[in-house]
Amino acid sequence: MNNQNTKKSSSVNLRQYSMLIALVVIMIFFQALTKGIFLKPQNVTNLILQNSYVIILAVGMLLCIVSSGSIDLSVGSVVAFTGAILGVLIVQKGMNTWLAIIITLAAGLLIGIWQGFWIAYVGIPAFIVTLAGMLIFRGLTLYILQGMTLSPFPKDFLAISSGFLPGAKVGSFNITAIIIGAAAMVLYAITEISGRQNKKHKGYAVSSNSVFFAKLVIILAVIAVFSLWLALYEGFPILLIILMVLIMAYSFYTNKTVSGRYLYAMGGNAKAAVLSGINTKKTLFSTFVNMGVLAALGGIVFTSRLQSATPTAGQGFEMDAIAACYIGGAAVMGGSGTVAGAVVGALVMGVINNGLSIMGVGSDITQVVKGFVLLAAVVFDIVSKKRSAEV
Amino acid sequence: MADRILEMRNIIKEFSGIRVLKDVNFSVEEGTIHALVGENGAGKSTLMNILSGVYPYGSYSGDIVFEGKTCQFKTVKDSEKAGIAVIHQELALIPYLTIAENLFLGNEKAKNGIMDWDQTYFEASKLLERVGLKENPHTLVKDINVGKQQLVEIAKALGKNARLLILDEPTAALTEVDSQHLLKLLLELKGNGLTSILISHKLNEVTSVSDAITVIRDGEVIETLQQRKDEITEDRIIQDMVGRKMTEQFPARDVKISDKIGFEIQHWIADNELIPGKRLIDDVSIQVHKGEVVGLAGLMGAGRTELAMSVFGRLRGKNIHGSVVKNGKAIDTSTVKKAIQNKIAYVTEDRKSAGLILSNDICTNVTIADLPHFATRHILDKDLEIRTANEYRSKFRIKSNNVFQLTKNLSGGNQQKVVLSKWILTKPDVLILDEPTRGIDVGAKYEIYTIINQLVAAGKCVIIISSELPEVLGISDRIYVMNEGKIVGELSKSEATPERVMQCIISNQKVGA
Repeated sequence: MNNQNTKKSSSVNLRQYSMLIALVVIMIFFQALTKGIFLKPQNVTNLILQNSYVIILAVGMLLCIVSSGSIDLSVGSVVAFTGAILGVLIVQKGMNTWLAIIITLAAGLLIGIWQGFWIAYVGIPAFIVTLAGMLIFRGLTLYILQGMTLSPFPKDFLAISSGFLPGAKVGSFNITAIIIGAAAMVLYAITEISGRQNKKHKGYAVSSNSVFFAKLVIILAVIAVFSLWLALYEGFPILLIILMVLIMAYSFYTNKTVSGRYLYAMGGNAKAAVLSGINTKKTLFSTFVNMGVLAALGGIVFTSRLQSATPTAGQGFEMDAIAACYIGGAAVMGGSGTVAGAVVGALVMGVINNGLSIMGVGSDITQVVKGFVLLAAVVFDIVSKKRSAEV
Repeated sequence: MADRILEMRNIIKEFSGIRVLKDVNFSVEEGTIHALVGENGAGKSTLMNILSGVYPYGSYSGDIVFEGKTCQFKTVKDSEKAGIAVIHQELALIPYLTIAENLFLGNEKAKNGIMDWDQTYFEASKLLERVGLKENPHTLVKDINVGKQQLVEIAKALGKNARLLILDEPTAALTEVDSQHLLKLLLELKGNGLTSILISHKLNEVTSVSDAITVIRDGEVIETLQQRKDEITEDRIIQDMVGRKMTEQFPARDVKISDKIGFEIQHWIADNELIPGKRLIDDVSIQVHKGEVVGLAGLMGAGRTELAMSVFGRLRGKNIHGSVVKNGKAIDTSTVKKAIQNKIAYVTEDRKSAGLILSNDICTNVTIADLPHFATRHILDKDLEIRTANEYRSKFRIKSNNVFQLTKNLSGGNQQKVVLSKWILTKPDVLILDEPTRGIDVGAKYEIYTIINQLVAAGKCVIIISSELPEVLGISDRIYVMNEGKIVGELSKSEATPERVMQCIISNQKVGA
């Protein structure tokens, strides 16, 4: 009996990590094919900056998918729309960067409230509401920009996507990145070990010593190598801080909070959730409000990276975000999926984009490859779920 | 003696090394109704799935001989072709197609792929006549009730020229009247030479219509009883099923009912949300003493579930008036959250679609209605959740590997125990149980009744809604009879008999009280 239990849980874990393993395999594959260019410090930093907006959007999209299996088709247009607002406020009106950012985030909030209202309280399918939103906000972008591209943006705004934390170089290493990396390692080790002691103290079951320390060592090593790599280039990107805070906050929210649990409950069975006292309308509403704000954040980051506000910005971003969630193992009908999974999904696509472009493969073939990867990931997920259900 | 239409010999089936059917021999005589009974998980469904080709030939060992021919069914289509039709508990009808379209689904009356609608509807009305269903074949299936849908399923099987009909819990979702009608139909069809295998938990039905009864326990045939040859009693069948002597179906309760009224619904009125001007609940008042089990009896659609759901967070009905009183104080139950905060719990009649999150594990399901209590400043304490789930798992003996087992992989009885755990965890003073034992086996029923006894012993109020009269009569201290949204009778335990309850419904007037 006991034996069976451990066997079962290890196979579940394996499936959890399967996409992560796939990501590592793909990276090694590109490293070989690009003759070592792929994992050069400069390209690793680039990879993160390039895919930041997809990660931001995918996190928001994940909450929509988990809570109700619904997707937000308007995020690409909202990215463009919020970019246009930034363009008008900063480039044309010369507004203070921070004030403009706050106004833009507020605009995202309003968009989320608008769409969330129709979806949650009037009961219009999210697909329809956000399809309408896709047209509306793209149209408004064109109207605001009058077909023009607005630039230049001031330095402080561009720093969001291209700035690094200040720090001197010691040898060929950036000292700030090293310090942050070391701090992260210490912090991680302390929280893990004290959490485990605490559990033991309360008499709860904990994983075996060898499993625990193996996992700890692997993660510490990954942090160490990663921060060294950043240090070898220009240091610690400002954007990476935003991303990490975002990912940690949303992982915490979905894993450890009451309202995070409610998302999964209503996605798993809305009726049962209602009967358990969960306000499903409010929960659904808040996921779309959240999506609006994150889309605005995506708009800020993308505009900063592009260094201009253009009418065609963000086209197809919604599909990247949706694909990232599904590649990362989110269930199409809702009720399951993780933030970490969505991030891995976004990275898988980002790595494929980046690797193929280094190899000189055109965007035509890249799209074909991404399509196959999406299909393969979901097929794998469904087939392995079926297999585990049959046993 | 008639010929054997079906013989299943030495059937052995394993799932990942665990033997679920151990050398089963099962035979059915032509033109009889043969009941197959056993607890959930005993192997009935597995046996029938082998017979109907769900588990293909080769995945089990043993022989199936049907109408004298050894059969090797690889798919359900194969068994259908041979003349075996299964009617599952969950009906396989498509709601937005007409009765006739459903009747010939997969078996269309067509020429070269082009539908022959005249023939379809002509043949359909002939089939409907055979099962005694007076409905226009053009009616959409969603517009007829479950009882009639069940008849459509049977007609569909007849349309495929089935000679052996397997019915899995056909009356589980039917009213008393519809059940009787269905059983009568089976007897009629038997007269015309149709053989049926009836899987049912309702032993009174089984004993009244079957010619033979086979009891399965733990993958083995315990015995086959022949009508007119063996002495068939429900007690004997139950003893066979559970493997121990069960002196009583209901555990003894020794609770002194308090004089104090713990829970009261006063002059509850609600309008039907779909049909304007029609009352859903019509001036209902009920009282429950502390430590008392009160039953709500009535036919399906009498308004019992609607009453419970309109009280519990106003999930049904509109323009609701009336008051809910607990321990002498009026309480607000206008949302589910407020109802839970006021210590009211409602266990839904449909545990699969509304009670559980099937894709989640036991642990998450147990804590979901009381989640704020597992959190400090909104942050969850998962260890506490797991510990609590483990407590309930052992307390209610939820059969599972651990609390991380998905609830969709549990048997009906264990699923129900998870739902009960979830609500008992909210520490309710009033527990409304809607069909708490539907579709679960005798052993698990007994355990659930025991839990109910523990609750009232602790001074809680329990309200039970059940369509099975013997259950309401057996478990309740007092019974309200409902019909068409009204209370039409109140009977004490000593007064309550099935006849009295039906009388109340029929005369639709207050008696007793």
